[in-house]
Amino acid sequence: MISPSHFTAVVLFGLCASVVFGITMRETPRRMFRYGLYCFALFCGSAVVLSWVMFLIAR
Amino acid sequence: MATTPNRNTAGTPQPGARTSSQQGFVYLPLIAGWLVPGAGHFLLRKWYRGGLLMVSIVGMFALGIAMQGKLYSSAKDILDLLGLAGDLGNGLLYFVSRALGLGADSVQVTVADWGSRFIVVAGMLNVIAAVDAHNLRTGRKAL
Repeated sequence: MISPSHFTAVVLFGLCASVVFGITMRETPRRMFRYGLYCFALFCGSAVVLSWVMFLIAR
Repeated sequence: MATTPNRNTAGTPQPGARTSSQQGFVYLPLIAGWLVPGAGHFLLRKWYRGGLLMVSIVGMFALGIAMQGKLYSSAKDILDLLGLAGDLGNGLLYFVSRALGLGADSVQVTVADWGSRFIVVAGMLNVIAAVDAHNLRTGRKAL
């Protein structure tokens, strides 16, 4: 059994999902890559932002 | 009046998009893509895309299993039913894992809960990939 940290799990999740989104939602390789990168940044960025929001709410 | 350039409208096959690899049963890439992640794209000779899809989806499923994620086997309530529908999207991965007794029966730790989500989302991503292969096959999406 593996026990990744919460952030590692988010990065792995975002990486796999972004690859699929990029390939399936765009038509040319260049646009696929850019859209995948965009999705990955949104996954990781939203996780960081929401984590800070929850941290501030919990204080 | 000038003519408008050729545009790829939804549902309209592009001229020249149909190749010799697209002959045969039209739903074959959809079914193959559902059963084996990436296989629909392999059938259409999209080796690179199919390989990336396979690595991503199988990797996500394997991570979920490694985290002791739950494999849904029955639908006792609506949430279980949704989980089962997501798991079934994994195709053969789900049935083989069930046969081998992989995955947890119930979620005991937090990591296992993440694992369950990984497995469900891998199934939904596999369905998206299979539909993409079908769209490539029918010409709805340019090859």
